[in-house]
Amino acid sequence: MRTFALPKLVRREKASLPILVAAPFVALAAAALSNLVLYAAIGVDPLAVFYAMLIEPFTSYFSFSEVLLKAGPLLLIAQGLAIGFRAKVFNIGAEGQFVLGAIFASAIPVYYPMASGAWLWPSMLILGTLGGLLWASITAFWRVRLNANEILVSLMLSFVALQLLNYLLLGPWKDPAGFNFPQSVMFPFDALLPTLLPGTRVNISLLIALAVAIMAWFFTQRSFAGYRLEVGGLARNAARYAGFSQNGAIWISLLIGGAAAGLAGAAEVSGPVGQLQRSISTGYGYAAIIVAYLGGLHPIGIVFSAFLMATLYIGGDNAMVSAGLPIAAVNVFQGSLLLAYLIAITFVRRRLVWPLRATTETVAQP
Amino acid sequence: MIAIEFILAGMLAAATPFLLAALGELVAERSGVLNLGVEGMMALGAAIAFITVYTGGGHVPAFIAGGICAMILSLFFAFATIGLHANQVATGLAVGILGLGLSAYFGKPFESFTVTGIDKIAILGLAELPLVGGLFNQDIVVWLSLLFTVALWYVLTRTKLGLLLKAVGENPHAAESIGYPVRLIRVGAVAFGGFMAGVAGAYASTVYTPLWADGMIAGRGWIAVALVVFGTWMVGRVFLGALLFGAVSLGGIAVQTVGLAIPSQLLTSLPYIVTIVVLGIISSNKRLLRLNGIASLGEPFEK
Repeated sequence: MRTFALPKLVRREKASLPILVAAPFVALAAAALSNLVLYAAIGVDPLAVFYAMLIEPFTSYFSFSEVLLKAGPLLLIAQGLAIGFRAKVFNIGAEGQFVLGAIFASAIPVYYPMASGAWLWPSMLILGTLGGLLWASITAFWRVRLNANEILVSLMLSFVALQLLNYLLLGPWKDPAGFNFPQSVMFPFDALLPTLLPGTRVNISLLIALAVAIMAWFFTQRSFAGYRLEVGGLARNAARYAGFSQNGAIWISLLIGGAAAGLAGAAEVSGPVGQLQRSISTGYGYAAIIVAYLGGLHPIGIVFSAFLMATLYIGGDNAMVSAGLPIAAVNVFQGSLLLAYLIAITFVRRRLVWPLRATTETVAQP
Repeated sequence: MIAIEFILAGMLAAATPFLLAALGELVAERSGVLNLGVEGMMALGAAIAFITVYTGGGHVPAFIAGGICAMILSLFFAFATIGLHANQVATGLAVGILGLGLSAYFGKPFESFTVTGIDKIAILGLAELPLVGGLFNQDIVVWLSLLFTVALWYVLTRTKLGLLLKAVGENPHAAESIGYPVRLIRVGAVAFGGFMAGVAGAYASTVYTPLWADGMIAGRGWIAVALVVFGTWMVGRVFLGALLFGAVSLGGIAVQTVGLAIPSQLLTSLPYIVTIVVLGIISSNKRLLRLNGIASLGEPFEK
């Protein structure tokens, strides 16, 4: 007998699909409501924020195109991370891998500023992918060979990556004609990704991101390698018994995550930014963690959550301009959204039983 | 010589944010709960404490306010992970992002403002010693933190409460079967960890570097999480680890005063690189981790 009537959490016989689908929307509503209170607390009109964040991004062709632009890198990084998260390999350092991707890709135009030719941007993307992959391989090595926690190592490496970026931009890679600003030379035309939608900044990296999403779907849902990773994540002992290498899973997870983040970093410098800057790292690597979870770690779910998160970014910018909201509100919203989602999905496999109702049922039964 | 004197004088103060946050996380982890939100909780504590001091609230209320706000954040984590069995890693990250966001949100109007720190208390006789004298001239929080470290060591290793915490972390089912409220103890341990993270943040923003800047915690919360692993869940070793990181974070400044031409970015990266290296060294000793690790760490407790 319990002395106070807390509801009990009981395992469901079967996971509830409706709750799994509804969870992101419930979480969005809960996060929105709690955050509106927070806006009101500092004297910002909650309705104006709501409009600026969730409606305004869709009111013009240009602002919608900006949503598409933001969605690209989030989609790319999150697809890579989700593969690792499903295998319970927690790569939290996508931000650093993104930065290394941007640095590697920038190496070509920085050292050959006069280069031209159709090979330029594709080779930058390849080099960037390689950069992210190499940076993530440090974490994989530390995890596999030295048994070190990949969460801490990958995160520490992100801090180091940011300092490396600062070093390059303040030192050897600083644009000599750039009035001492910490940025590289402007990239030549052939180093820039072709525009996809005329009159906007949306470039073909969005198509690449969608192609990666399809590849991720095939990898996780249809390939044997993906299956092995999944088993390793769900039941480590079963995977070992079946002879699926755990070290292999760690390497694959981290390398895929690093490569995807590196590609996103490369696409950022050769896309909307057009040069290497300090501000290329705007927290995409961390936001993508939220995107991955919110999409249920599923390649198709992630496509939707990436667009949602991109909307919040653009909406947050709008709200800053029109409603005077501090830009950090976006981070607060992201954090509460993830927290609400993680709480909501606990009810996919469990349900609450209220002690009071349980008693009335027993009474009514005889 | 000046560099050594500089490091000796400053390393205790530099170590204090690491130490307080790591000891809080140590208690949470000993109960079997891995809270990765330390960075965010520290940042929130730092912001709230700074605002309290800046608006004339004084240092003692500031530390309490910072601690309590971070503790409230940790209770969200506890509700999700202990109450509802949500994934501890992901929930910790969520709480971390939320805390960092909230600190920037509330701290925005105070960006790059400064406050006055607190006076140092010298131990007469020792503080005048050459070279090591600076070690004995510290602010009250440092002295209290040292006392707290000893007290926590005593509680964890020599009292029933410490044993209880260990039982809950090692084998929650056994602890419950002999009548201990496993969940309540875990919530308490997490809340304690949250409070300590907040206090650590408060020290960072109102005493150690008495100013507010967005992102000022700069990974110190994550290093505190790593310190718990370095210390293999033991108070004494965590203390030594915190001292090492205090010294390392000053090392950069010391090297610059000596005049060596090392890029400042490399020196800024030093604590992170040292974390990676030490983590590799300690973790590769699997036996050490197995002997001292917490058996149920990160696992949800379900009947």
